[in-house]
Amino acid sequence: MKRALGGAAIIALCASIGAANEVDPSDVMFEEGVVNASLTGQAGDAVSGRKVFANRKQGNCLACHTNADIPEQSFHGEVGPTLDGVADRWSEAELRGIVTNAKMIFEGTIMPAFYINAGYERPLGKFDGKSILSAQQVEDVIAYLMTLEDE
Amino acid sequence: MRRITTLIAVSTLAVGAATAQDSNELSIDGAPMVTEVAAPAHMENVDTIYSGWRFRSVETQSLEMDDFDNPAFVFVDKGIDLFDAVDGSEGKACASCHEDVAEFAGLRTKLPKVQDGELVTMEELVNGCRTERMGAEPWKWSGGDMTAMTALIGLQSRGMPIDVAIDGDAAPFWEKGKELYYTRVGQLDMACSNCHEDNYGVMIRADHLSQGQINGFPTYRLKNAKLNSSHGRFKGCMKNIRAEPYKEGGEKFKALELYLASRGNGLSVETPSVRN
Repeated sequence: MKRALGGAAIIALCASIGAANEVDPSDVMFEEGVVNASLTGQAGDAVSGRKVFANRKQGNCLACHTNADIPEQSFHGEVGPTLDGVADRWSEAELRGIVTNAKMIFEGTIMPAFYINAGYERPLGKFDGKSILSAQQVEDVIAYLMTLEDE
Repeated sequence: MRRITTLIAVSTLAVGAATAQDSNELSIDGAPMVTEVAAPAHMENVDTIYSGWRFRSVETQSLEMDDFDNPAFVFVDKGIDLFDAVDGSEGKACASCHEDVAEFAGLRTKLPKVQDGELVTMEELVNGCRTERMGAEPWKWSGGDMTAMTALIGLQSRGMPIDVAIDGDAAPFWEKGKELYYTRVGQLDMACSNCHEDNYGVMIRADHLSQGQINGFPTYRLKNAKLNSSHGRFKGCMKNIRAEPYKEGGEKFKALELYLASRGNGLSVETPSVRN
């Protein structure tokens, strides 16, 4: 029991460190649509990012993008470009910019900004003042996208 | 930045190619329906308008081609019963004043329309009769009694072209609806146009994006196995983009209904249609 508690304490500690280094959505630094610095001050986790990517309540990226790396999910959308080989086409910093707020590069795009918490109109109550993804989830998705290279 | 320019060029191409409706032809019990026609002159970004029927699977399409197969007709039958049912303090039914529901042929094609300076929908005409002539309680906008009645009355215009007025008295309402159509809302920050004008014909997950035409409302949806009002559908769209919906029957949705109806001017009334 002691060990389990110790583990929980470490996780809690990590979480608080993460939160302390987290960049608030309003403070994200864009340079020509690109975001160079990690939003959490640390690298994302690609395994977790794959889950966030597919989860309909989180990234829900398959709504609009095809991705051959997730064949277990049927019906990939085709509103946006395929993400097969996306890591060959974009740098990590560019992907961070696009996921955080794609409108900073692609004016008028349909793609939602995943890390803003203001600037949208009439949000449904429970989403008011919130970003679609957390800083950690964005970093995890970026880490996952960076694994999508063409063979 | 060169790569970015290339990608913009590619995505522009993709938008141009978004015309993946099928080429099937709709006839209902032998009567041909117009599901494709030149867009009305007021539409700046679309050349051809298509009924949502053209974006559905062959299985769903077939359900609308025969009234015996169309699940909406259970509710149309209910509408027929309601038409004859006495309700309210005056001891009247719809049929007391309107001998035959067929006298409403053509009405659906003109609604919403402006009367005495107000934009009026079919739901309001029905409730106006109920409260003012029958002394009955108004029905809920998207309730089962109302959608049964609007399906029955709309059916009388089936096959006739949608023909709502957008000028004169209607102009300010139409402008308001147009503005709503192009205004982004919700946490996902999307306008009607982002999906239904820029990306119709494209798959959004398992759903084939249509032009968002409302010529078949109220529509029977396989998803919830009942008739759905157009305002109920607008509400569902807004929730999907995590936006606080406007009120069913409110000025905003009525204006949007007029604008959307006008984007379908020339398509046949398909009421009651069958969709996913």
